[in-house]
Amino acid sequence: MSFLRSSKLVYEYIRRDEEGNVENIIKALDEIDLDVKAGDFIAILGHNGSGKSTLAKHLNAILTPTEGTLWVDGMDTKDDSRVWDIRQRTGMVFQNPDNQIIGTVVEEDVGFGPENLGIPTDEIWERVEESLRAVGMLQYRNHSPNKLSGGQKQRVAIAGVVAMHPKCIVLDEPTAMLDPNGRKEVIRTIRALNEVEDVTAILITHYMEEVIYADKVIVMDRGKIAMQGTPREIFSRVEELKELRLDVPQATLLAYELKKEGIPLEDGILTIDELVEQICQL
Amino acid sequence: MSIIIDRVNYIYSKDTAYEINALKDINLVIPDGQFIGLIGHTGSGKSTLVQHLNGLLKATSGKIYMNGEDIYDPSYSMKRLRSKVGLVFQYPEHQLFEVDVFKDVCYGPLNLGASEKEAQLRAFEALKRVGLNEEYYYQSPFELSGGQKRRAAIAGVLAMKPEVLILDEPTAGLDPQGRDEILEQIRKLHEENHMTIILVSHSMEDIAKYVERIIVMNQGEVLFDNAPKEVFRHYKELEKVGLAAPQVTYIMNRLLKKGLPVNPSVTTVEEAKTEILKALR
Repeated sequence: MSFLRSSKLVYEYIRRDEEGNVENIIKALDEIDLDVKAGDFIAILGHNGSGKSTLAKHLNAILTPTEGTLWVDGMDTKDDSRVWDIRQRTGMVFQNPDNQIIGTVVEEDVGFGPENLGIPTDEIWERVEESLRAVGMLQYRNHSPNKLSGGQKQRVAIAGVVAMHPKCIVLDEPTAMLDPNGRKEVIRTIRALNEVEDVTAILITHYMEEVIYADKVIVMDRGKIAMQGTPREIFSRVEELKELRLDVPQATLLAYELKKEGIPLEDGILTIDELVEQICQL
Repeated sequence: MSIIIDRVNYIYSKDTAYEINALKDINLVIPDGQFIGLIGHTGSGKSTLVQHLNGLLKATSGKIYMNGEDIYDPSYSMKRLRSKVGLVFQYPEHQLFEVDVFKDVCYGPLNLGASEKEAQLRAFEALKRVGLNEEYYYQSPFELSGGQKRRAAIAGVLAMKPEVLILDEPTAGLDPQGRDEILEQIRKLHEENHMTIILVSHSMEDIAKYVERIIVMNQGEVLFDNAPKEVFRHYKELEKVGLAAPQVTYIMNRLLKKGLPVNPSVTTVEEAKTEILKALR
């Protein structure tokens, strides 16, 4: 069953001068047809300015299409009366955890969302506990967020979204500001939510190693979907990715370079394990 | 410009319940013209350290010498220090504010007392050096793409003609090609102008590719200080302090364990390729 579906989704940023006349129009999304099934883990890649974040903001109706339609769990995002339902189904996590945390104590911060939904106090506490457990931060429930590491803060931010019981989480470069350990923690958390809790996950990132676990990768370029497929299919197309200002994981690049030298390796090697195994079988 | 950091300690919120010893007896010698990578997990003391180098923070104890001069000497001009040591913060584009790119870059030199003409000359030169196309000079900085904004912000620091350039995560949030372009420009600044560069980064792959020396910080202390190959040899210790080695280093170590005769202290894809081909043929 599709959870997110769009048909010919177009979004235009319109710039006006002081008199209100249109100065120019930038088409940030150009006829996007999207179909994401419930429970999928989707990664979106693309260079700066390719339209990734604009698309992400459509998924919980922060932006609505200029033309075309987007349905979230069957609801048209242009229908104003459904905006709050849509935002409950799709939660967003942004790049900088410091901009997303408002509470002075971790559990208060996580409880802020459900409290705003008017949920009874007992249930808020239940939700706080279960979400902090889901992101592995339960032992920090009484800590002050500003004493946490970047990765821990970002997991608290994710818990704040999980506490709203969304069916889908959209993460817009959640690891861009984190150190290697923080990145690992966050990616592990996203995979656990997706696999165990069956939350649909949409991950936007510039780190190619992070997308190898996704069910499907979407590559955007100039507001259009330039490529889509499994990580293995996408990362087999090294030259095309480079033309789109992207990259591949080092293991994939090394395999590709070795193959060019005549070493018989398979296309689209993604992990260290796969590469080591294949080289040792030669 | 050579830098000597002599037994520097820094304590945040001294004499309160929140006291944190962020730097503990740091001793470092940074000769003129080195390209250094500074790594460490969040909260390891990297940013605290670099803020000492242009006088934003003053050591609780210890001394810092720039070209042999004690920067804590009352007669030492902090203003001069800040023009010599340029610090590019994380997300420098958040600090862009002028109506056009060119004016923004002129702001620094004007504040240092340069004449209008001098400031413009410097701005022009700085923008050239970061490789920003001339068509953008008179556009609002807010209309540029992420990579272009970052170049404009770096130009703003270069226009002050620093001898040492410190960059805190200059590529965070940029797409892979934008990242490579910025790092290539930094490499050029180092090679063509013999600038001392200190690059703070969480990307081990980038650090491995560009720098000649890595300083690893952990809990306010220097854990390793050596050439990249030597530092990444300790990948297991690095993992314990929240860091990692480049992916290729792991690949080579695994291959060696499986019996392929390769040299495991490899840090770039290019080197790994050469090593594997040598072992296979």
